Amino acid sequence: MSRFSRGFAALATAAAMACGTLAQAQGTLRIGMTAADIPLTTGQTDQGGEGMRFMGYTVYDSLIEWDLSSADKPSVLIPGLATDWSVGEDELTWTFTLRDGVTFHDGSPFTAESVVWNFDKLLDDSSPQYDPRQSAQGKSRIPAVASYEAIDDLTLTITTKEPDATLPYQLAWILMSSRANWEAMDMDWEKVAMSPSGTGPWKLETFVPRERAELVPNTEYWDDTRIPELDKLVLIPLPEPNARAAALMSGQVDWIEAPAPDTIPAMQGNGFVISSNAYPHNWTWHLSRLEGSPWNDIRVRKAANMAIDRTGMMPLLGGLMVPAKGFLPPSSQWFGEPTFDPSYDLDAARALMTEAGFGPDNRLTVKALISPSGSGQMLPLPMNEFVQQSLAEIWIDVEFMVVEWNQMINLWRAGAADPAVEGAQSINFTYFIQDPFTGLIRHLDENLIAPNGTNWGHYSDPEMQELFNRIKTTFDPEEQTAVLQQTHEKFVDDALFLFVTHDVAPRAMAPKVKGFVQAQNWYQNFSGITIEE
Amino acid sequence: MLSYLIRRLILVLPVAFGVSVICFLLVQIAPGDPLTAIMPIDATAEEQAAMRAAYGLDKPLPIQYAVWIGNLVQGDMGKSIASGRPVATEVFGAVKNSLLLAASAAVIAFPIGVFLGFLAGYFQESWVDRCVTALSITGVSVPNYWLGIVLVIIFSVNLGWLPSMGAGPGGSGAWEWDWLHVRHLVLPAVTLAVVPIGIVSRTVRALSGDILTQDFVQALYAKGMSRVDVLRHVARNAAATALSVMGLQLGYLLGGSILIETVFNWPGSGFLLSNAIFQRDLPLLQGTILVLALFFVAMNLIVDVVQAAIDPRIQRT
Repeated sequence: MSRFSRGFAALATAAAMACGTLAQAQGTLRIGMTAADIPLTTGQTDQGGEGMRFMGYTVYDSLIEWDLSSADKPSVLIPGLATDWSVGEDELTWTFTLRDGVTFHDGSPFTAESVVWNFDKLLDDSSPQYDPRQSAQGKSRIPAVASYEAIDDLTLTITTKEPDATLPYQLAWILMSSRANWEAMDMDWEKVAMSPSGTGPWKLETFVPRERAELVPNTEYWDDTRIPELDKLVLIPLPEPNARAAALMSGQVDWIEAPAPDTIPAMQGNGFVISSNAYPHNWTWHLSRLEGSPWNDIRVRKAANMAIDRTGMMPLLGGLMVPAKGFLPPSSQWFGEPTFDPSYDLDAARALMTEAGFGPDNRLTVKALISPSGSGQMLPLPMNEFVQQSLAEIWIDVEFMVVEWNQMINLWRAGAADPAVEGAQSINFTYFIQDPFTGLIRHLDENLIAPNGTNWGHYSDPEMQELFNRIKTTFDPEEQTAVLQQTHEKFVDDALFLFVTHDVAPRAMAPKVKGFVQAQNWYQNFSGITIEE
Repeated sequence: MLSYLIRRLILVLPVAFGVSVICFLLVQIAPGDPLTAIMPIDATAEEQAAMRAAYGLDKPLPIQYAVWIGNLVQGDMGKSIASGRPVATEVFGAVKNSLLLAASAAVIAFPIGVFLGFLAGYFQESWVDRCVTALSITGVSVPNYWLGIVLVIIFSVNLGWLPSMGAGPGGSGAWEWDWLHVRHLVLPAVTLAVVPIGIVSRTVRALSGDILTQDFVQALYAKGMSRVDVLRHVARNAAATALSVMGLQLGYLLGGSILIETVFNWPGSGFLLSNAIFQRDLPLLQGTILVLALFFVAMNLIVDVVQAAIDPRIQRT
């Protein structure tokens, strides 16, 4: 598709359109999403980060939410439908005080019973409101939850299976839908999908599957600072990058997600604004640590990391990347102060390879699993070819095994030991790394070795395991941050991945779109946006 | 005629069965997992197994096929794994949109193709013939998704005359026959019409050129028939073959417009199919392919019947 995109960019540049022909819509923001369908509207969204961004934190709220108010600092957890929470002395029982006076879009009150009803919707398959579709999306997000109880209207307790200080991060996934609306819709989630009800700052007004969703402000929203200023927010699935670019440049939408890098100069040349910011995403090679893997040698891992000229890769992506210095973006609050710097240093890399016994006459051959496209994979083919050429400079010859994205996910789940990966010693997989579990634990926890979990490379290290345990048992937020930093320092100092880059979530928008603050998060706040006529 | 129709209808049944088996097996062979679309990618193996069982994907293929075909004959095409919506609703909604697009392209392509083909056949080896031949070869050769992008850049991005995507300002559900909606149809329909213009004009050119050299045409002239009346005879002789080509083209237009529907974000069956493939949405994939294949079979049947009506000799074969 890249040739296709390049052709488009060249033609688009030649066309040199005039911005003055754009259609105007007072107070309406039309967004072209990368998703092929409107994300699930009933509460627990599908379609990953994009689903939560557009149909999750818009129509719904969770007990604890991400702070999306600032572009300058990493996003942290803040009170949502819960105003306060604490864990008891047993380190298992959490007590939540809920926000008073919150109502769903249908007018029914939000209480602790609402939370219990929503947990049952996901976790109790004998409850009448149990929804397999929402459960499939939500159940795996709250593995710590053992039981829950409404103490009174505004007090809720949640008991965890074992001490787990990451519970607040888990709860930030769980969105609250309205029981009263579900009952009004004949207890049928398919009907609820067409007319859902949450407590969020936006209400779903119109929904045409696969084509559009129209959201209008919830003027009764409990947080005055997040009452939308727009008249309407229209979401349009536009999965094909060139169709998205054309839709923006012809004025059919005002904003597109993830413009193809080669279309960006044409857009900027015509006055469109490119917004981007660091956020918790990475583009790595996840390395196999099975016996016999060449990546078991820390010298080889460090050498490979120092062989990649990440600054040289930037033009390939139109400058829209953050060169990796570790597993987490350098701006992350959990980055810490690792001693190993994976910056480009060919001489040092070659010295390490020589020390490991390799050289021009004794080259190392590795097999790498890559995909030609995929969610969050940026431009995987040219980027991997860049890595391949870089590693060749330090006598590592890379043989690619290219598989389609859906199959890649299967091979990622299967793990490095599965025969289906045909002996590949790395997998190029991009990661959502927003919380302690998705950001660190799930990749290297020895209890999550594939296929039981997502430790693809079968990594196991008692020291790392101890750090993971401390993350879960450190309930003081500041102390937990320190443990998370130590953990990440070990990720980097042991060069446990081939750290390449971080995406910056580019989005292109018409100049009339004002007031957008791009948070360092997968989700965004659309409430402060206005359309300047 | 009636016995011919019955014979052809009976033949459709094994074809339909064969189509159902092939489309079921084809989508099962492809690597990938439909659960990817409905579960977080890091869902545990246990949760995946539970979900696989819930959708019956853990059963042997023959049983999955039997369940699918059993439901199908009762009119139940199942539910899309990715969206949870009934496959029938998804497929027929999309096919309706594709039919609109295909019919519009056919309305543009067939008259132009027939006219140009006759022109080239009548003036064979002249400059008119060469121009039409060049035009039709260009039409067949130019990748239509590329042409679509070029048209978008000229007419949507640069001139701002026509929209670049979608099936109307409020989506296909709110389609109306007014300019506000029809303008969304113009670029995809024109783009889609280019290939059939080339194919139909080449076919008609060859047919008419051949018929014009036959003895009966000279005999008609010798009897004093006017040029227009002679051409009418030529047209009737060419009609059966031309019709069969146009019927097949209509089938291709309906099922083969994946790229065009993707470029123009047109919510048709090709777009649906493409998304179902990427998501390994097996019920939706099977349903869409089956409906499109059966549409193709139906088109062939209609063409056969119309051909037989035009040319009685066909009924005897």
